[in-house]
Amino acid sequence: MIHRECGIYKTSYQADMALYPLPIAKWTVAAFAVLLIVVAPIVLDEYYLSILNLIVIASVGAIGLNILVGYTGQISIGHAAFMSVGAYTAANLAVRFDMPFWISLPAGGLMAAAIGAIVGIPSLRIKGLYLAIATLAAQLIIEWTINHVPWISGGVQASIEVPRPSLFGISLDTQRELYFFLMFFAVLAVVGALNLVRSRVGRAFVAIRDQDIAAEIMGINIFRYKLLAFAISSFYAGVTGVLYTYYLGIANYEQFQLVVSIDYLAMIIIGGLGSILGSIFGAIFITLLPIAIRWFMEGFGYLLFTQAELMNIVPHMRLVLFGALIIVFLVLEPEGLNRLWQNVRNYFRVWPFAY
Amino acid sequence: MVEWEFLILLLTNGVLIGLMYALIALGFVLIYKATDAINFAQGEFVMFASLIVVFAILAFGAPLWLAIAVGVGGMIAFGFGLERVVLRPLIGRPVVAVIMATIGLAAMLRGIGPMLFGSGTQSLALPISDAPIIWGPLFISPIQMLGAGVSICFLAVFGWFFLKSRKGIAMRAVADNQQVAMAMGINVERYFALAWAMAGIVSALGGVVWGNMLGVDVQLALVGLKVFPVVILGGLDSIVGAIVGGIIVGVVENVAAGYLDPIVGGGTKDFAPYVLMILVLMFRPYGIFGKQIIERI
Repeated sequence: MIHRECGIYKTSYQADMALYPLPIAKWTVAAFAVLLIVVAPIVLDEYYLSILNLIVIASVGAIGLNILVGYTGQISIGHAAFMSVGAYTAANLAVRFDMPFWISLPAGGLMAAAIGAIVGIPSLRIKGLYLAIATLAAQLIIEWTINHVPWISGGVQASIEVPRPSLFGISLDTQRELYFFLMFFAVLAVVGALNLVRSRVGRAFVAIRDQDIAAEIMGINIFRYKLLAFAISSFYAGVTGVLYTYYLGIANYEQFQLVVSIDYLAMIIIGGLGSILGSIFGAIFITLLPIAIRWFMEGFGYLLFTQAELMNIVPHMRLVLFGALIIVFLVLEPEGLNRLWQNVRNYFRVWPFAY
Repeated sequence: MVEWEFLILLLTNGVLIGLMYALIALGFVLIYKATDAINFAQGEFVMFASLIVVFAILAFGAPLWLAIAVGVGGMIAFGFGLERVVLRPLIGRPVVAVIMATIGLAAMLRGIGPMLFGSGTQSLALPISDAPIIWGPLFISPIQMLGAGVSICFLAVFGWFFLKSRKGIAMRAVADNQQVAMAMGINVERYFALAWAMAGIVSALGGVVWGNMLGVDVQLALVGLKVFPVVILGGLDSIVGAIVGGIIVGVVENVAAGYLDPIVGGGTKDFAPYVLMILVLMFRPYGIFGKQIIERI
C-alpha cells in the first residue's frame, strides 16, 4: 500500500475529488495524527507547546482567510477586526452570562460571520483595490468602535479577562490541556475547509475567483456566494479570535489590529493562495519567523553587531524580513510554500528516474 | 466664541490640512494613473523620505536645502529601483498581488527606517515660525500654509505636465492603453519608472512638511492611512480629484471632530473620513472625478 502514482490516471470526477487520492494518503494522515495528538504533547515541554498552540490558532485563521482570498478571489484587509468581533462576543458571553466555551465559541464565530457578511455586501459592486480599501475601512471602524464603546470592550483598556475553558468540570489551565482543546477545533476547521472546497459551494467560489462575470452567466448567484464566502471566512476568523482569547485568557483589541490582518495575508501568500495545506505552512512560517530571528540573533548576532546595535536591530528585523519575504514570494513563487512542497514531491515521485 | 466663527475656523483649518493630505495623495494618484499599480506604502514613502532628510541634517550637518535635495534625490533613486525590482515582475498579475507587494514594502520600510536611522522621534526644523497667524477669528499655522502652498504648486506643475508636455502626454497614453502606447513607440517601462520617481519627489516634499508638523519617526507613516479616503472620494486617477478629495476629507474630519468629539470622547478624526468613504464606495465607487470602468469578459 506504500506507493504513489506517477501520473494522472483518474477516469472519473469522484476520483478527482476524493479526499484520499491513494491509500498512502490515509496512512500519512494517520501518521500525522498520531504524531500531533500523541507524540507531540508527550515529548514537548510547555514552552514548545505554547508555540505549537499559536501555530494551531493561526492555522485556523489562515485557512479562513484563504477561503476568501485564495478560493473566492475577494481580498480582505479587515480579518483581524472580524477576529476581534468573535473574541469580544465570546468574552462578553463568558463573563456576563457565564456561558461555557461550547456556546461562546460558535456564538463568537456566528457574530463575526454576520459582521463579515455585512462588510462583504459592497463586494457585489466593487472589487480588487476598492474592496481592499473597503475592508481596510471596516478594520479601522470596527477597531475604533470596540475601543470607544465600553459596553462592548469592558471599559478598562478595552480588555476583558476570560475564565479558562472547562470541560466536564476540569479547567484547562496548562498549555498541554489547551493544546488538545485548540487542536480539536483546528482539526474541525481543516476537515471542514477540505470538504467545503471540493463541494458545489467550493467550485462556485473558484468560478467566481477565475472570472466572476462568466460565473454569473453560467448561473452562479455571485452575490449569494460572495456573501457566503465572506461569512464562512469571517466565521473562521471569529473562531480564531475566540480561541486566541481563551489561549491568552484575555480579550484585548491590541491583539487584533491592522498589522494582524496583514500578518494573516502574509501567511496565505507565503503559504500558497488557494491551498489548505499552504495556509498551514504559512501559519507555521509566520509564527516561527520572529522566534527564529530572535534565536538566531541571540546566538550569532554578536559576530556581526555590537550589543547596542542588536537591541535596535532585533525588533525591526522581523518587519524587514517579513516584508521582504512577501515580496520575494510574490515575485518569484506566487504559489507559495505549497508549490515548493509540490515540486519536492513531484521530484521524488519517480525518483531515481527522470520521468 | 460665536458659533459661526467656530465653524469658519474649523472649515479653514480643514481646507489647509486637506491640502496637505492632497500632497500625500498626489503620489498615490500619479502611480495609479500611469501604471495602474496601487501603492499601499505611500505613508511609508513619506516617512522614509523625511527620515533621509533628517538623517542628512543630523549626521552630515547638511544645510536644509541640501538635505531636502538629498531626500528628493534619494526618493527618485528609490522609486526607480523599486519599479525595476518589485513592480515590473508583477505587471499583468492580479490586483491582489500588487496590493500585497506594496504592503510588504510598507512593512520593510517600517523596519528599515528605524534600523538605519534609530527609532527615536527627531524634529525637522524649517525656517518658519511656529506661532499661528491670527487673522480675525482664524488661527492658521504657518506650516499648514506652506504645505497647502506646496500642494497647489504641485497641482499646477502636474496639470501642465499632463496637459502640455511631451512626456506627460506619453504618460497619459501609457495609462490609457499600454499596448497601443507601445505600438506608438513609447517606452512603457521607462514611463512606469518615471511615474514612481515622480511619486518619490512628491513624497519627499510631503515628508518634509509632515515631518515638520508631526515629528519624524515611524508613526509618521500613519498619515498614509488618510490617503485612501482622499483618493476614493476624488477618483483614483484624477489629480484634481486628489486636491478636492483632500479638501473634503480635511473639512469633514475637522468639522466632525469639532462637533462630535465632545460627545463621543475623541478619535472622530480618524473615524469620520472612513465612514464618508464607505458611503462614496456604495454610491459612486469611481469617485467624483475618476473614470468609470466598464468590465468585459
